[in-house]
Amino acid sequence: MKSLHVVVTVVTGLLLVLGSLDMSSPGDPNSPPATHVSPRYVESALEETAVPNMVTAVLADYRGFDTLGEVTVIFTGAVAVLLILRVTRDEDET
Amino acid sequence: MNREPAGVVVRTVCRRLTPFVQLFGLYVIMHGHSSPGGGFQGGVILAASAILLVLAEGTDWIRRVSLPALTVLTSTGVLLYAGVGGLCLALGANFLDYSVLPFAEPRSVGMLLIEIGVGITVMAALVSIFRDLVMFE
Repeated sequence: MKSLHVVVTVVTGLLLVLGSLDMSSPGDPNSPPATHVSPRYVESALEETAVPNMVTAVLADYRGFDTLGEVTVIFTGAVAVLLILRVTRDEDET
Repeated sequence: MNREPAGVVVRTVCRRLTPFVQLFGLYVIMHGHSSPGGGFQGGVILAASAILLVLAEGTDWIRRVSLPALTVLTSTGVLLYAGVGGLCLALGANFLDYSVLPFAEPRSVGMLLIEIGVGITVMAALVSIFRDLVMFE
């Protein structure tokens, strides 16, 4: 069983390394991520959203629905912790 | 965990420091759209001020924090966020399309509103989780 864990870990690691070899270098202006929607954000975020912080403009405006999901994840985490860990008064007395 | 209050130097420093930490957290939330920051970061700073107080003052005061109030706060942020989206929907635009909000700079104000919602949820969720962990025997 233990050797199976090692094999799975090593194979997954090798797959991740293999995948990272294909990534474009971060500063490359001709890479696919930098030529698709990024120029639109960089050029027109200020006039379209009136917000100078481009990161917030993308996070809260262009991808606002995604951020709503993130907040829901945090809310769900808090609810899960309180369901599992919360000590109520009844349990204290028994 | 039942932590005793720390020494007088630690307690005094933490108590004096807390308002500034909270003020900085509010600043990070309110300036999220013009400088680095935002709801997530500001909410974490606000929650960290509560955790700092627990480390310095002991766990007594956080036991008296109202549990329903914490849970209501946690959901208030999500509801504020979704409510802004629903308001845009009611005013005839797409969900979370702030351009129809009745303000001078509608997109900026809409973003500020949802950042405040994010900040409230993150702060209340972290304080709630921390409180449950502290109280867990």
